[in-house]
Amino acid sequence: MTTAATPADAPAENAAIRLERLTKTYPGASRPAVSGLDLTMPRGELVALVGPSGCGKTTTLKMINRLIEPTGGTVWVGGVDIRTLPTHELRRGIGYVIQQAGLFPHRTVGDNIATVPKLLGWDRQRIKARVDELADLLRLDRGLLGRYPAALSGGQQQRVGVARALAADPPVLLMDEPYSAVDPIVRAQLQDELVRLQHEVHKTIVFVTHDIDEAIKLADRIAILNIGGILEQVDSPAEMLRAPRNDFVADFLGDDRGIKRLSLMTVGDASLSKGPVVAESASADDAQSTMAKLGYDWVAVCDGEDRLRGWIGAAELDGVATVGELTPEPFRAVVTADTTLKAALDGIVTSRTRVAMAVDADGRYLGMLTVDDLAEGIVA
Amino acid sequence: MSPVLAARPPSWSGFGFDGNWDVVWHYTVVHLRITSLALLLGAAVAFPLGLAGHRWRRSYPAILGVTSVLYTIPSLSLLVLLGLGFGLGLLNDTPLIVALAIYTLAILVRNLVEGLRAVPDSVKDAATGVGYTPLRSLLAIELPLAVPAIIAGLRVAAVSTISLVSIGGVLGRGGLGFLFFEGYRRNRTSEIIAGIAASILLAVVVDIALILTRRVLTPWTPARAAR
Repeated sequence: MTTAATPADAPAENAAIRLERLTKTYPGASRPAVSGLDLTMPRGELVALVGPSGCGKTTTLKMINRLIEPTGGTVWVGGVDIRTLPTHELRRGIGYVIQQAGLFPHRTVGDNIATVPKLLGWDRQRIKARVDELADLLRLDRGLLGRYPAALSGGQQQRVGVARALAADPPVLLMDEPYSAVDPIVRAQLQDELVRLQHEVHKTIVFVTHDIDEAIKLADRIAILNIGGILEQVDSPAEMLRAPRNDFVADFLGDDRGIKRLSLMTVGDASLSKGPVVAESASADDAQSTMAKLGYDWVAVCDGEDRLRGWIGAAELDGVATVGELTPEPFRAVVTADTTLKAALDGIVTSRTRVAMAVDADGRYLGMLTVDDLAEGIVA
Repeated sequence: MSPVLAARPPSWSGFGFDGNWDVVWHYTVVHLRITSLALLLGAAVAFPLGLAGHRWRRSYPAILGVTSVLYTIPSLSLLVLLGLGFGLGLLNDTPLIVALAIYTLAILVRNLVEGLRAVPDSVKDAATGVGYTPLRSLLAIELPLAVPAIIAGLRVAAVSTISLVSIGGVLGRGGLGFLFFEGYRRNRTSEIIAGIAASILLAVVVDIALILTRRVLTPWTPARAAR
């Protein structure tokens, strides 16, 4: 889309990043901050660099746009050895998002977003069109474009920071703990937005964070680094949670690895059991025998069109002819195919029936999930 | 042709204010001209000194030390030293302007450097990260952000310069200062009062002008943060 002579315009096929034996030893340091790191970042993927303080994740990120010069090894961006480009040209072709956004306080929001296009010498109309487009993409009210950053909330500032980074449509985006300075609610929103945005823009994103949950939520691939920039494991979040390579990785993932895996899977991935279900028209005896057969002391009730109405306890069935005479109690945990298994588990453990009932978009009953069903999914 | 004969300054007549307003106006303009030239000269020297102190951190204590020592030289001695010792003469405004400019250095250099240092690291990091060269970052990002501090320095320098200009009255120069000295010598209270009032008014007007300049140059700062 952009046509200036920068690495931003390298053919998209080559847009991935490759780190080759990348090393950084700071002057006077006895041990390298990053030592011999080999890592390939496939085009269009979000790779999270995760690790404890001192693992060199930010150093690694900053070596990609040469804010820090490596002391050894090579960085390839879009098939180009970055040392062959003037640093300012390289940087104009790589989006850069930092903690607290780093917006220019003396420039309006619109001018902040226009920073790189202006440096690249775009004409005024093209810049204005691009700024408007980005405001829409990031769901920033266009009325904010004439305001100064100080007038914006932290979340809005961070959105502007992302818009600025995307302005010249670079294939690569570097994000350095972008959400660590905003409150948890806004952070969750920004994370959801990044997922949505990435669906639209398909950038190669290098995302530094110390928050493993953030990495699991956002990343296609997670690289876990140990002190001194040693790569312990690189894998998809699901695979890493399933099979951490060593104790360091397992510790870093936390003692709730199984639960975290549930957050990556949905009800649609799970095998549902049938559950004790009867129609409203069923007799009390039918309901009793259904419960007895499956070993429950309650029964779920569906209407004539298979829509889930609720549940009835065994004791209530005494002295009634059909189930329909009673008013069922609604289920606490009703889930759909795209509910995460983690949310389903939460429903299971907080409901009196200890199950989550799955329904389709029209409320028709699909099946039942119990803790056992989830456990089988995790072990499998 | 001596400068004294070439431009004989208007002088106070009688013992009241009547008929003397144009005299006050004349010396106010002279006062403002000396102040402006001293500030311009001071800023022209302070700017590169401040940039050097910012760019080469280790040079800053030395720069600050020299300007601070200069600031402690008694004004009359400095005036005479410049006029006679450096041959600038005493019958023109040059030694006075140079002396006043020297006094502005300490505050102007300090405020420029502090202003540049106060630019948040995240902003500088972002500027470099999006592809500003160091010079462009300085001109387009860091200096504009230092403007509030620079103008705060100019305000202090301007007000202190306006009060110091009067020292030139000792030598029969010094704008409104001439009125104090002459008024004192001839025992004319009205002339002294006029000189003092006009120089206070001038200081207030110049200060307000600088505040307004700052408002115009920095629309991005919240209004109540104006110092």
